[in-house]
Amino acid sequence: MHNSEEFKIPIGPQHPALKEPESFSVALKGEKILGIEIRLGYNHRGIEKAAEERTYIQDIYLIERICGICSHSHSTAFVQAVEEIAGLELPKRALYIRTLIGELERVHSHLLWLGVAGHEIGFDTLLMYTWRDREIVMDILALLTGNRVNYGINTIGGVRRDISKEQAEEVLKAMDTLEERTKYYIELGLSETTLVKRLSGVGVLTYDDALRLDAVGPTARASGVKRDVRKDDPYAAYGEMDFKVITEKNCDVYGRTLVRLKELMEAYQIIRQCIKNLPEGPVTIKAPRKIPAGEALSRYEAPRGEDVHYVKANGTEKPERVKVRAPTLANVQAVKQMLKDRFLADMPIVIAAIDPCFSCTDRLVSLRQVDSKDKKTMNWQTLREYSIDWHRKQGIDFKKLNQKLKTNV
Amino acid sequence: MIREVLRSIFKKPATNLYPAQKLVMPEKFRGKLKFNPVKCIGCKMCMRDCPTGAITINKVGEKKFEAVIDLGKCIYCAQCVDSCLKKALEATREVELAQQDIKKLKVTYSDESGNEPPKEA
Ligand code: SF4
Ligand code: SF4
Repeated sequence: MHNSEEFKIPIGPQHPALKEPESFSVALKGEKILGIEIRLGYNHRGIEKAAEERTYIQDIYLIERICGICSHSHSTAFVQAVEEIAGLELPKRALYIRTLIGELERVHSHLLWLGVAGHEIGFDTLLMYTWRDREIVMDILALLTGNRVNYGINTIGGVRRDISKEQAEEVLKAMDTLEERTKYYIELGLSETTLVKRLSGVGVLTYDDALRLDAVGPTARASGVKRDVRKDDPYAAYGEMDFKVITEKNCDVYGRTLVRLKELMEAYQIIRQCIKNLPEGPVTIKAPRKIPAGEALSRYEAPRGEDVHYVKANGTEKPERVKVRAPTLANVQAVKQMLKDRFLADMPIVIAAIDPCFSCTDRLVSLRQVDSKDKKTMNWQTLREYSIDWHRKQGIDFKKLNQKLKTNV
Repeated sequence: MIREVLRSIFKKPATNLYPAQKLVMPEKFRGKLKFNPVKCIGCKMCMRDCPTGAITINKVGEKKFEAVIDLGKCIYCAQCVDSCLKKALEATREVELAQQDIKKLKVTYSDESGNEPPKEA
């Protein structure tokens, strides 16, 4: 390609380098990236709307499925908000178990990330190693909660499963193994030349830019921004835990790797403290089915950064509004900055370095009637009518369809 | 290097040899549900709390109820087990639920013993 020519290439919505559909339109000059346009919205699932149509209990499982990796983050953020509206005071033991599962989730998520990062830079051995170790923590999660992925441990007013003495022993044993292995990874991260050279100076996000673009989680902390909801606004049992907020001054992908690795070590410490200081007592208190009118905003430090949930209750069994802001939405803007004037080949690893979760991010789709004069936003009613109308025009007979659905189910 | 390669050739796989060797699920595992019609009083709390509408309780006679569970719809959250005050439902450790025929995913429990479903709808 001629070096002076400027051109645009689309990456995504379907692209082998992306794990989820998302569209990046990259302006290039030769190999150099001039600018990126990011378009979200390919993974919109309408979860917020669906949550309004279900009861609070049903919503826990729906909200949990916003993300397969940080499922506990979302469900905790949601139940915390509901509990705040209902004015429930949770038993200590429940809070400790929530914290414990939250940290186990962080461990599995960071190990997963480390593997993916290794894969993106062609270091697949690292992927195999970390994912092997991730199995240990997945098995522990299954042991404690009853499932490997969507743990379903939260309920309004506490947690659904208690932890026995033997299980606590198992967790401690697993932590010892994982700590050993993580030490090895840290050593590897500090000494392996290929890794250091490939990641250093890639995807730079300065301290000022991190603040200006509102980066969260490890992405912000690797730029020296000392922000962590667990410390700044402690929820669950984090107020009683002793841990450090890890920051790095590198401001690049290498810094993000180190932050995550060191956070793993902190997570093991928190898990040990949870088990050691686990208070006796019940794990749930009775929660009302109808939540009194009110609203609450709840924050949670997910493995990827701050996760925000807003819930508005109107005194019935169903919420009036649920709003979710996943950490990736806060971080994705920073990707533009990180890739500016860099090479196209850095794109996969820089995107992977914010640990994106695009399907969690796609919350809102606003539809505009382009064919009408004022191009106004469509509301629910018009959208419904429009879609029924559109399908009728395609020759779909709703009566027949309904009948078919009934006989099939 | 060569030694490493040769060793790997004769090493047994690191993964589980699945159909022959099965993993045992942990005790709290939320697998396929089990229903005990003797205990059920037909309050339908399970139906009300189920997030997916996978469970249906039908009245089949005087104080007799059967449960129809759509295993394809069920997300194995075991909320119904928690909601049932009479402990008529129970989560088992069974995980091998794949079927060739979609109809077989719908299981009806009406047997007195509450064991394996006597008839598959
Ligand atoms: S909640 Fe229990 S007792 Fe009530 S209908 Fe369901 S299975 Fe039967
Ligand atoms: S396990 Fe969950 S999804 Fe399945 S029937 Fe029970 S409540 Fe419904």
